[in-house]
Amino acid sequence: MSETPNETLTGAQITVRLLERQGVRLVTGYPGGAILPIYDALGQSTAIRHVLARHEQGAGFIAQGMARVSGEVAVCMASSGPGATNLLTAIADAKLDSIPLVAITGQVPKAMIGTDAFQEVDTYGLSVPITKHNFLVSSTEELLDVIPRAFAIAASGRPGPVLIDIPKDVQSRTIEVAEWPAPGQRVMPAPADGMALAEAASLIAAAKRPLLYLGGGVIHAGASELALELAEKSTLPTVMTLMALGAMPVDHPLSLGMLGMHGAPYTNLALDECDLLIAVGARFDDRATGKVAAFCPQAKIIHIDIDAAELDKIKTAHVGIVADVAEALTRLLPLVPENPRAEWNARIDALKAAHPQPLPGVNDPRSHFGLIRAVAACLDDDAIVATDVGQHQMWAAQAYPLRRPRQWLTSGGLGTMGFGVPAAIGAALAAPERTVVCFTGDGSILMNIQELVTAAEQRANVKIVLMNNAVLGLVHQQQTLFYGQRLFASEFQSMPDFVAAARALGIAAVDLDQAANPCAALADAFARPGPCLIHAGIDAEQKVYPMVPPGAANRDMIGAQA
Amino acid sequence: MNAINRNENQALSRAVLEIDVANHPGVMSHVVGLFSRRAYNVEGILCLPVGDGRQSRIWLLVNEDQRLPQMIRQVEKLEDVNAVRRHHADHAVFTDLEAFFQA
Repeated sequence: MSETPNETLTGAQITVRLLERQGVRLVTGYPGGAILPIYDALGQSTAIRHVLARHEQGAGFIAQGMARVSGEVAVCMASSGPGATNLLTAIADAKLDSIPLVAITGQVPKAMIGTDAFQEVDTYGLSVPITKHNFLVSSTEELLDVIPRAFAIAASGRPGPVLIDIPKDVQSRTIEVAEWPAPGQRVMPAPADGMALAEAASLIAAAKRPLLYLGGGVIHAGASELALELAEKSTLPTVMTLMALGAMPVDHPLSLGMLGMHGAPYTNLALDECDLLIAVGARFDDRATGKVAAFCPQAKIIHIDIDAAELDKIKTAHVGIVADVAEALTRLLPLVPENPRAEWNARIDALKAAHPQPLPGVNDPRSHFGLIRAVAACLDDDAIVATDVGQHQMWAAQAYPLRRPRQWLTSGGLGTMGFGVPAAIGAALAAPERTVVCFTGDGSILMNIQELVTAAEQRANVKIVLMNNAVLGLVHQQQTLFYGQRLFASEFQSMPDFVAAARALGIAAVDLDQAANPCAALADAFARPGPCLIHAGIDAEQKVYPMVPPGAANRDMIGAQA
Repeated sequence: MNAINRNENQALSRAVLEIDVANHPGVMSHVVGLFSRRAYNVEGILCLPVGDGRQSRIWLLVNEDQRLPQMIRQVEKLEDVNAVRRHHADHAVFTDLEAFFQA
């Protein structure tokens, strides 16, 4: 695969060339001393565009937004020391949600490692538990092996973040490159075990009250269509985790929406009654299962996941299948007979009618649910919906009509406040033809508000809907419900003027509280291209209901009555 | 009693894990980090290069509790780990070393 034989290049130039050869066209980051050789080489690249964030954590989440929307490995960069430590939260977030990232950090020169040099930190050691894999590159030659491998690891199997720490002298040193390695590609796992698939099919055929339980792995594998086909063929009522929302359109007759701590009452009650749970790309997270011993107590379990360590981790599966879920579902489908399941679906319909999701104020755009529905009314299914973390996130998960995979970007596993704004920017950069809406709160937005400058600079088409209740909503809610109403450190005494702040940071802003017609003001904000902050006051007493108290069984929901 | 203590007390016996890994700085921290972050005590560690030195073999002596199968799966997931084999605690690799560990 040689091109021009024996090119003499620096490690930095080699790094950039390898990124180009990977097909990378967009990277995001923040420069500093120890990564300047790479930035110098990046500045000479005509193929790669660099988006300058305003904080390394912002860069990490911008890259996540790119990866979550495209499904491709995204790249972020930072310098040594504080640059690297600031990236860590975004990397840990990517690990828990299985997002493919390659993070490149500069490091002090090899000879200075271990001397407490300026801006030296043990990036390799710090990133061990929060990456899928990590590298400390010890020679310029190694880059030719490490960089393609990093992309292959990030994209293969269960996706995840890979960190490459490159000492400055490794970046600066010149070597001759005779031959370029092939770009790192996703390696397909071994196919699903045929016997296990047959066993799964017969369990599905024999089940009287089966439920399909979809997780984020379905989105990552591009298996949403297949999951839908399976559900329709066997008439399987289907629940989704927070990470899987969009895998099945929420208004599909078989959809039971989100399960778990803030799932709809009928959803958790249906799980209580099921006799077979078909888990696909899901990991039985505690927010989904509640008290594990009481989760689907009558059910046999089929568990399909690409990560062998997920099988039997929380719940022992009767049939466990380690495979790419798209491959497994493709082969499972012809084995599963059509089945109308009239009785079970009639029971589901009865549960839906008797125990609906409470949506108070859904027709009032000045209420939390009403605002979310009014935003949805301004958009079609092409729009991307990002969230921060808090009450607004759960309300959006409950009320936004999500209908397609990769429409919904949210920090599920780590639950990182500050995720929303930069992830939305990354989404807008990766999919400039789409509108990106970001639901955020007055707590979350302040954790990465500096990225509004990045949004302005990039003219990213992000509409940030700030649901401002002047409290840390989920903390306020738990203190109210479980800590004797002793509110502490959850009510903000001082509140910035967010509309003025957004304008000062360079983006348009509108205050719905001041608008005579909030729906018209929303439509107007969405009609104008480019970034905009939409501010809306929310009642601090509103709770996310229903709620399963931490550690309780999912059937024991608070606030489940409509 | 928290879950970790209960797990430790329920340990019926010990197990020896034989782990083939790529030999480079950091591989040991990847492996033992999986145990330490779960407060799963590693009772004994041995590691030496094998063959031409590109591979190493790590031997771990661990308590055998209900988390061990999950631990093995986590170790198997590591990029630098090629194989994990599980032995009984009476494996010679640690029993033959007892002379070096007299109080």
